[in-house]
Amino acid sequence: MVGIVTYGSYIPRFRIKVEEIARVWGEDPEDIKNGLYIYSKSVPGPDEDTATISVESLRNAMARKKPSGVGAIYVGSESHPYAVKPTATIVAEATGFAPEITAADYEFACKAGTAAMQTVMGMVKSGMIKEGVAIGADTSQGAPGDALEYSAAAGGTAFVIGNENVIAEIKATYSITTDTPDFWRREGQDYPRHGGRFTGEPAYFRHVLDTSRKMMEIMKTKPEDYTYAVFHQPNGKFPSRAAKTLGFKESQIKQGLIVPYIGNTYSGSMITGLSAILDVSKPGDRILAVSFGSGAGSDAFHIEITKEIENYKKENAQSVWSQIERAKFIDYAYYAKFKRKIKMGE
Amino acid sequence: MRDVVIVGVGQTKFGEHWEKSLRALAVEAGLKAIEDAGIYSKDIEAIYGGNMSAGSTTFQDHIGPLLADFTGLAINRIPAIRIENGSASGAAAFHEGFLAVASGNYDTVLVGGVEKLTDVSMEEITEVLSGEVDREWELFNGATLASLAGLMARRYMVEYNTKREQIALMPVLSHKHGSLNPYAQFKNTIKVEDVLKSTMVADPLTMLDCAPVSDGASAVILTTMENAKKWRKDGIVRVKASSVASDYIALQSRENITRFDSTVEAARKAYKMAGLEPKDISLVEIHDAYSIFGLIALEDLGFFRKGTAGKYLEEGYGNLDSKLPINPSGGLKAKGHPVGATGVGQIVEATFQLRKEADKRQVPDPKNALTLNIGGSGGSSIVHIMEVVK
Amino acid sequence: MTIPRFWREFEQRYRLVGTKCPSCERVYFPPRDVCPYCHRESVGKMKKHELKPTGKIYSYTLVRQDIPDFKSIKPYIMVMVEMDDGPKITGQLTDTEYDEVKIGMPVKAVFRRIREESDSGIIEYGYKFVPL
Repeated sequence: MVGIVTYGSYIPRFRIKVEEIARVWGEDPEDIKNGLYIYSKSVPGPDEDTATISVESLRNAMARKKPSGVGAIYVGSESHPYAVKPTATIVAEATGFAPEITAADYEFACKAGTAAMQTVMGMVKSGMIKEGVAIGADTSQGAPGDALEYSAAAGGTAFVIGNENVIAEIKATYSITTDTPDFWRREGQDYPRHGGRFTGEPAYFRHVLDTSRKMMEIMKTKPEDYTYAVFHQPNGKFPSRAAKTLGFKESQIKQGLIVPYIGNTYSGSMITGLSAILDVSKPGDRILAVSFGSGAGSDAFHIEITKEIENYKKENAQSVWSQIERAKFIDYAYYAKFKRKIKMGE
Repeated sequence: MRDVVIVGVGQTKFGEHWEKSLRALAVEAGLKAIEDAGIYSKDIEAIYGGNMSAGSTTFQDHIGPLLADFTGLAINRIPAIRIENGSASGAAAFHEGFLAVASGNYDTVLVGGVEKLTDVSMEEITEVLSGEVDREWELFNGATLASLAGLMARRYMVEYNTKREQIALMPVLSHKHGSLNPYAQFKNTIKVEDVLKSTMVADPLTMLDCAPVSDGASAVILTTMENAKKWRKDGIVRVKASSVASDYIALQSRENITRFDSTVEAARKAYKMAGLEPKDISLVEIHDAYSIFGLIALEDLGFFRKGTAGKYLEEGYGNLDSKLPINPSGGLKAKGHPVGATGVGQIVEATFQLRKEADKRQVPDPKNALTLNIGGSGGSSIVHIMEVVK
Repeated sequence: MTIPRFWREFEQRYRLVGTKCPSCERVYFPPRDVCPYCHRESVGKMKKHELKPTGKIYSYTLVRQDIPDFKSIKPYIMVMVEMDDGPKITGQLTDTEYDEVKIGMPVKAVFRRIREESDSGIIEYGYKFVPL
């Protein structure tokens, strides 16, 4: 069986409220909150970036269980600190896995982390490696005054995937990939652009709903067979609507729905929601986890929790919801300074 | 080893010298010392120059020959070496000059210290001056020399229940004396409240706890007793002790950050060499690059028990007419701290005092003087003890 | 810091790898090739030792100087931490308010950006501390 051996997440402690961003750009905060179902988002500190978040996530995973045979590290993000020089090399060095390991960075908008998961699953299944690390992390930027500024957040999650002492078996995975230009960023541009309402039905919903339905068809399951479901969370509305359309209840997605408080952590989005679910799951629980990456594609995972989770020391690292609660609110001026939106002198 | 005496001293004013270059400052001090000794160029057999930052602030190295050149002595092909030991460069140069004469290798040498900081921006100066700390393990993480002094002050206050106001007495004292010194960078007097209210640098230390950025030069002529008696009727000062000690360069490597172990050791050797005890010392020029350094050093020199210096300053110790006059020159805080010149400048002041040429800041009838020059956060300490030759 | 100078210290900056003297068992950080206490007995025998990342605050200060590298985080908290394994380490304390800092406070080392050469130069990561 292939699955998650250990997991860990890291969410920076700074937050900015929707009201504060709306104040600066002259929007009605109630409109934004009702429209997006987001109240606040996480902001990386001035000494944080995707590499530091990835390292802390993986260290949290390692604190819960020490991996014994990591042969690969893949880091997925759309805000890698270097355009050329993989974040994975820094993570490998910082967590002591260098040098006898293969590594690379992934980019697939918000599903780069799950793409890394699938790769590592294949490498483990084929016997090429004993364990592999898949990380999804971001410190995404939203253009000032744009709708995305309310949701573009920072955070990440690391999974160590292997075939021994698995706490969450990934019984199956299924993906869809198309060329759908819903959200993109050209080389050299500071901020991404998006297709407005085009990002909804032809992009997010088509991919997430089709992938979810096909996954359940393959596994011969129905929504009520799952204890939890977690979908990519660009805002609070999309995953709620997707869940309802597919026939899931609000109680099934509640534990993994973290976007209203910390925003969209992009490559960390679905998987940090999954991490929040793993924080409370029990043997026998079934989880449907579906990511979405603009461009576009969707990866679905059918996960079943094993008895091994009873021996697992998850208390050795902070849970997702307790990290969400450990929050320090800042104003737009500090937010702009931290996110380097202010033009500095020489 | 034979007696070594000071037969001439010279010094520029310490401060911001926009019009004077490194060479000009060095030459000014050097020529004054030669004049004061009443000797000729041909009498000088070697030059020892103390300087820390010329390579970074003026991109000029090879300071030895530079000094020989511009003091007009290169024509004699004299040996000229630059000595660098952080803020203790000056005393280090003096120590080398002392050894050169004591050992019999040379009879008469010129020791100088010079620093020219203001040719570069304030940011670059801070960067350069932080070259004294451990760049890899202190400065890289943000630990400037001032922040290390802040760490020492905080720990000291907690361990010994010392009040912030007591630490502030150090710069207050230095300014009191500096206001009487024509060579001093600052002539104003300050109060404890001024120190506390001044701009914060590294909590709890404010700008008035920290020595300024200064340019300047000092010079001393050392020679044998025999020569000195030929050249001067009086005012001969004997160097009774010259001792150097080092410690780990990084503050974190030291066992106790409220103590300068290098000072304790250098002082022990100096007292032994001079056959004196702390209670025998008539005045002390101390390295108050930061106020807390001054308090800690006074204790490590054996004058006060650890943790009590502040209390004694409160009781009036340090004043010119007290049992232990401290920094009659104004110290590093008020007289100034042109790094390489500082240590030599302390010895110049000791000489003025012992010759009774210190004018308004004269300590009444001093028998001897002790100077302490420290490098970095205590990585090196150099102690000199001088006495009047009757 | 130049590239080779920074690169050769990754083990120290990223993972707090120091050395331990086999004779007296003292742990050193940064690493030493010779134990100051055991001298020749330790030469060639010092072993790599990854420090436990936890410790207690030994002293602290708030730096208000204008240091170009740290402009975006001024004023920053500088601490000296007495690590559980023995050595004292000087570093920044992050994610904390200055009035919360106390001597004796338990902290742990975390992986953060320290500085960067420039907008186009390399990023220098290293250790900072956060309250436990």
